[in-house]
Amino acid sequence: MSDITPELVRHLASLSRIDLHDEEVTSLTSELGQIVESIAKVQEVATDDVVATSHPIPLQNVSRPDEVGETLTQEQALSNAPDSADGRFRVPAILGGEQ
Amino acid sequence: MSGIVGLTAAQLAERLGAGEVSSVEATSAHLDRIAAVDGDVNAFLHVSDHALEVARSIDDRRAAGEELGPLAGVPLAIKDVLVTTDMPSTSGSRILEGYMSPYDATVVARSRAAGLVPLGKTNMDEFAMGSSTEHSAFGPTRNPWDLSRIPGGSGGGSAAAVAAFEAPLALGSDTGGSIRQPAHVTGTVGVKPTYGAVSRYGSIALASSLDQVGPVSRTVLDAGLLQDIVQGHDRFDSTSLTTQWPSMAEAAREGARGDVLDGLRVGIVRQLGGEGFQAGVRQRFTETVEMLQAAGAEVVEVDAPHFEYAVAAYYLILPAEASSNLAKFDSVRFGLRVEPAGATSEQMMSATREAGFGPEVKRRIILGTYALSSGYYAAYYGSAQKVRTLIQRDFSAAFAQVDVLVSPTAPTTAFPLGERVNDPLAMYLNDVTTIPANLAGIPGISVPIGLAPEDSLPVGLQIMAPAYRDDRLYRVGAAVEALVENALGGTLISRAPALGGAR
Amino acid sequence: MAADKLMDYDAALELFEPVLGFEVHVELGTKTKMFSHAPNVFGSEPNTNVTPVCLGLPGSLPVVNEQAVRYSISLGLALGCQIAASSRFARKNYFYPDNPKNYQISQYDEPIAFEGSVEIELPDGSLRTIPIERAHMEEDAGKLTHLGGSGGRIQGASSSLVDYNRAGVPLVEIVTHPIFGTEALAPEVGRAYVGAIRDIVLSLGISEAKMERGNLRCDANVSLRPRGQEKLGTRTETKNVNSLRSVERAVRYEIQRQAAILAEGGTITQETRHWHEDTGVTSSGRPKSDADDYRYFPEPDLLPVVPSAELVEQLRSELPEQPLARRRRLKADWGFTDLEFQDVANGGLVDVVEATIAAGSSPAAARKWWTGEISRRANADGVEVTEVIQPERVAEIAALVEAGTLTDKLARQVLEGVIAGEGTAQEVVDARGLAVVSDDGALIAAVDEALAAQPDVLAKIRDGKVQAAGAIIGSVMKAMRGQADAARVRELVLERAAAE
Ligand SMILES: [Mg+2]
Ligand SMILES: [Zn+2]
Repeated sequence: MSDITPELVRHLASLSRIDLHDEEVTSLTSELGQIVESIAKVQEVATDDVVATSHPIPLQNVSRPDEVGETLTQEQALSNAPDSADGRFRVPAILGGEQ
Repeated sequence: MSGIVGLTAAQLAERLGAGEVSSVEATSAHLDRIAAVDGDVNAFLHVSDHALEVARSIDDRRAAGEELGPLAGVPLAIKDVLVTTDMPSTSGSRILEGYMSPYDATVVARSRAAGLVPLGKTNMDEFAMGSSTEHSAFGPTRNPWDLSRIPGGSGGGSAAAVAAFEAPLALGSDTGGSIRQPAHVTGTVGVKPTYGAVSRYGSIALASSLDQVGPVSRTVLDAGLLQDIVQGHDRFDSTSLTTQWPSMAEAAREGARGDVLDGLRVGIVRQLGGEGFQAGVRQRFTETVEMLQAAGAEVVEVDAPHFEYAVAAYYLILPAEASSNLAKFDSVRFGLRVEPAGATSEQMMSATREAGFGPEVKRRIILGTYALSSGYYAAYYGSAQKVRTLIQRDFSAAFAQVDVLVSPTAPTTAFPLGERVNDPLAMYLNDVTTIPANLAGIPGISVPIGLAPEDSLPVGLQIMAPAYRDDRLYRVGAAVEALVENALGGTLISRAPALGGAR
Repeated sequence: MAADKLMDYDAALELFEPVLGFEVHVELGTKTKMFSHAPNVFGSEPNTNVTPVCLGLPGSLPVVNEQAVRYSISLGLALGCQIAASSRFARKNYFYPDNPKNYQISQYDEPIAFEGSVEIELPDGSLRTIPIERAHMEEDAGKLTHLGGSGGRIQGASSSLVDYNRAGVPLVEIVTHPIFGTEALAPEVGRAYVGAIRDIVLSLGISEAKMERGNLRCDANVSLRPRGQEKLGTRTETKNVNSLRSVERAVRYEIQRQAAILAEGGTITQETRHWHEDTGVTSSGRPKSDADDYRYFPEPDLLPVVPSAELVEQLRSELPEQPLARRRRLKADWGFTDLEFQDVANGGLVDVVEATIAAGSSPAAARKWWTGEISRRANADGVEVTEVIQPERVAEIAALVEAGTLTDKLARQVLEGVIAGEGTAQEVVDARGLAVVSDDGALIAAVDEALAAQPDVLAKIRDGKVQAAGAIIGSVMKAMRGQADAARVRELVLERAAAE
């Protein structure tokens, strides 16, 4: 049995900043349960002696010289901003009223 | 298909070069075709307002005697995962509706520099998550062979555009098969290059360690011509390879001449066939293998014991990376904003992401967050990365015995729209054949090999080569293409049904 | 916000042992950002030093700044750390409006440098060794401005504005192991440690290290454990302690605050706390909770950093002398008292004093000029001392004083001339005619004249009232326009008065 519970789905949704509706929590709990059950099999062969691969083609030391290149103008930077003021991006209060 | 839109990119390029056709003529022919058939197909999310202007400037430059690249003046469709400065880039998502990038993806910039004429942006599963293009926020694309069926995904728009003669060439992206599987179901050619052969800069990231941009076309040579333009090192992508690549078009031309199959060692992956594969898909695959043998290829069965874990590993690695890559869609700097009255920033982000993401995207973000969360990381993400190592070892062992590996590109032909959209596991299993190449970073191509007898829908052959040997794919792919064309007495795509009542 | 209850400091130390830990973030002074070619400069118009990478725009990708890697290795070496044979970046996932991708590219299980130590000197001259756990590379966040609240605070703000100019500036985060055994000197240890990091960073030339600008930021971890207890107490992490004095104050405050809670049988909440410079208190920030799951994983867009042995050895060979060792050496060489050396060091004058001495000045004269007149001018004009005058010029003036060519008073006039751009010290002396009149003939004439003009004074001197000579000396100095050695004039006055 999978350990995907509605509480866990809610917690994961809050970590990923998605305000799920109750119906979504219900359906995701069952779907993720099935999916996790089927993908958990990776553990069968992932033994200690096998190293992990994070990049398909192994490279190292890829870097760039410390030289200034082209930048965006302020207008370009803000061109897709849903809200802005004084050359900056605007967001609503970071802390809630009760704090 | 007759007329300008029926030409391959190579044929069109030749006529453009010879002055027999202008880019304006070629571009308007394709725009007309889009106007005529895209209402049915829905391959395009956006059609460029200034394609004709661009075409005119190419014509002017040619008239002025400027030396232009081999594909100058040829129209190009661009998957909406690639950002463009002159057209919106949405990645098939509501959350990016109307988003205008201040910069071009490297592959787009290179295509423009080579004189290709961007026609528009093609439809896709939202953030490239899917195998049917039904997860697009802007409605599904339909398969030109049968409008009730899926065009594959996530790059169904690019494949359908090419299959429906709306564009001779398109750019796609392939994270687990999103170029190859749509090619398979639409009777077209699709290539996933070696990871790092083509820049990812400006490709809206799904899973960074799996994503690779590649060409979509109707012929192997056309794909090679486009890969020649977009491949090569890009200093803005750290994972971009510094390899000096040979010309893929040249490799395709060599392959088409024939003798590459003689003595070629071909491996059939035991794990990528058999049960779960549609009979007609198996039949066409077997016939193709027989043709290869007849042409002198040595065919052997090879074992890849860990491939059975590939889908599981993929559906851990992809969601994990995607959950992080998609965190930037928070409505602060760009994109949709949903701000309930009195909301804090956090509530705004959560409301925006709830409204802006479709169900599949939410599913994968939650799954990926789970796979990375403390207490689960080692068991899931860590284990999946180990499976990746085992799959790479399987490929190394196989390529020690053979030059290329082959399989059907996908287990079935195009399935009906709606059939699997609410069954994520069934949808995921559709990628069983294509996923291993992404996990290992090796190149793969899908070449049409015929129609399945039971449904008269296209079937593709997937060919895989070792990393860096993309040229081998083009050589062998073009040879297979020639064999099939010879056996069919013409190209497969010429059998595609007419659309929009016009031929 | 209710005021915290504080226990008397000495009483707290009797009951509890403080255990400290520090996380210091150093902004590297590279030309460009950590993962983008945007300029790394302070004070520009908002959102102008940005590229698609800095804004986390769709499709953008990071590329490592090779100079930032070199600086990080040098810093690691200066901290006595081992440099990782292979090091890599990881994503730290958390949502915050100043974090453009909603993940920070940092390092997790494979930092560039680990296991080192830093020697610090306490005000009493004693030395301590602070154990370093790791130093890792990461990127800075953007800057938030809070609107609608009081005093620009996040509390009570109605909205916030984000400027991403700072987003992606290269940082090295230096993390200590727990620091035991500081006892009552815990606040001083904190201050000395952060000061030592600042000095090291400055000696390497890899950061401006201005704490008031946020180039160097300190998070102070403090926990208390009852005397005789093995197990560590619950710690708090006080953020943004941004001056050396604040480090000292914040550590002391947390010790007193936690002691008061523990002594009453209460428990310490594991949380981040904010330091308030104005009121000198810390306040509760965000509690540490399960929600702090950063979901670290290897950054797939970047490759491992595998520094070659040659590079590491080259950077090691280029390391400057450790600031503390250098200071101890210089102090001995110059023969300064503790107080004298502190004057020089605290004024940031060690380099210029050293250069002045190297140019021929005596240590005492160099110290006097730089800590005195020159620092006063620099402060008044709000500029760096090096912008006031070059050490070589100061050495020239000191040499003229030493040779008796200038009196201190004249030397100050020469300094003025040099600062005004009138040339070298000698050129100013010549042009302004400032040299001491050392020709006794001229002086004797002036003395005789003054004595003749003030017979009553002369009479007093002859009566043995020697202090009356002052009036004559004054007249002579005035006549000589100050360009005479007053001591010599005095000798002559007494001599001539007796002679007549
Ligand atoms: Mg920290
Ligand atoms: Zn940090």
